[in-house]
Amino acid sequence: MKDLNMDQLSNQYFDVLKELGNIGAGNATTALAQLINCKVDMSVPQVKLLDFQELGDVVGGDEQIMVGIYFQVSGDIEGSMMFILSQYAAAHLVNKLMCGMLGIEEEVKDEYEFGEMECSAIKEVGNIITGAYLNALSGLTNLKIVPSIPQLGIDMAGALLSVPAVEFGILGDKILFIETQFSDDVELDGYFIMIPEMESYAKILESLGVM
Amino acid sequence: MGVIIKVGMADLKTCKGEDGVTTLGLGSCVGIAIRDPMTGVGGLAHIMLPDSTEIRNNTNRPKFADTGIEDLVSEIVRLGGSRNRLVAKIAGGAQMFAFGGKNDSICVGERNVLATKKKLNAMKIPILAEDTGKTYGRTVVFFPKTGDFHIRSVGKPEKIL
Repeated sequence: MKDLNMDQLSNQYFDVLKELGNIGAGNATTALAQLINCKVDMSVPQVKLLDFQELGDVVGGDEQIMVGIYFQVSGDIEGSMMFILSQYAAAHLVNKLMCGMLGIEEEVKDEYEFGEMECSAIKEVGNIITGAYLNALSGLTNLKIVPSIPQLGIDMAGALLSVPAVEFGILGDKILFIETQFSDDVELDGYFIMIPEMESYAKILESLGVM
Repeated sequence: MGVIIKVGMADLKTCKGEDGVTTLGLGSCVGIAIRDPMTGVGGLAHIMLPDSTEIRNNTNRPKFADTGIEDLVSEIVRLGGSRNRLVAKIAGGAQMFAFGGKNDSICVGERNVLATKKKLNAMKIPILAEDTGKTYGRTVVFFPKTGDFHIRSVGKPEKIL
């Protein structure tokens, strides 16, 4: 297991990681619904093992401006985690969270410039969603998982995604990507990227008894 | 106007004539543009990691600065460029998220830039211009014929190196 290679992930391991992604995303959606106090539907998360080249296209193009919230994870497993969402989704969530106080108009959500207050609100959303995600994982595996404080980046999708891609790049030529679509009254695309370190994969799989 | 060829992550492409090469959204990765000014043959590599010798799983040569540059140079020479005339321009290597240096991969941008320069120096390819570091992503377009290296970032005017 020391030599786990992302390119040759067996079906069984892949299914387990997929299921973890599913459960995590489900928990995250519930947290989001409580946060903005409305019903949030979630599509069945799509878990994919992608080539680096395909990454940008999945989220709508390498140059698409996205909002990324990045965490380092420590405790029993080490690694990092990224939650990435469109500018539109971020503006929509912030607006909801702050009860429309910012008065972000529907038309400008696509290219809304986030101020300090908004950035802080997005980080908090990221914090809660990711926290819920990791809690589910932690409960399931019985491992201690502690996220760091969130870091926010608003930039081209390719540039943001290069950060987790580099970390996966050390393991192999593919990246494990979980896509979730949230919707309340509008559709919001959110993507989770989990990047445990090599030994942590083994720990996760071991704790679930599949290794 | 020629065609613009897209270079993905951990990838490299060469071209000549009116054609250009581009790579979108460089973050901590580095885009290395090399050309032979006489024949107008050149190419672009999009590397992700500094050193292929540090990692066991290193068969994907364009992923690393050292092997990526070697391959890019041989491709350019194969297309009619002269090894001795090659010049380079580089961009990227940003730090997208500000974490303390606990994790190596966080300052990978800086390490990518250093490794790129080291390799180019070792191969005696002069670096004519660079736009590296900082905290934002870059899209680059390179035209080997003229040597123009266009750099676009979010909320900033386009630069030509």
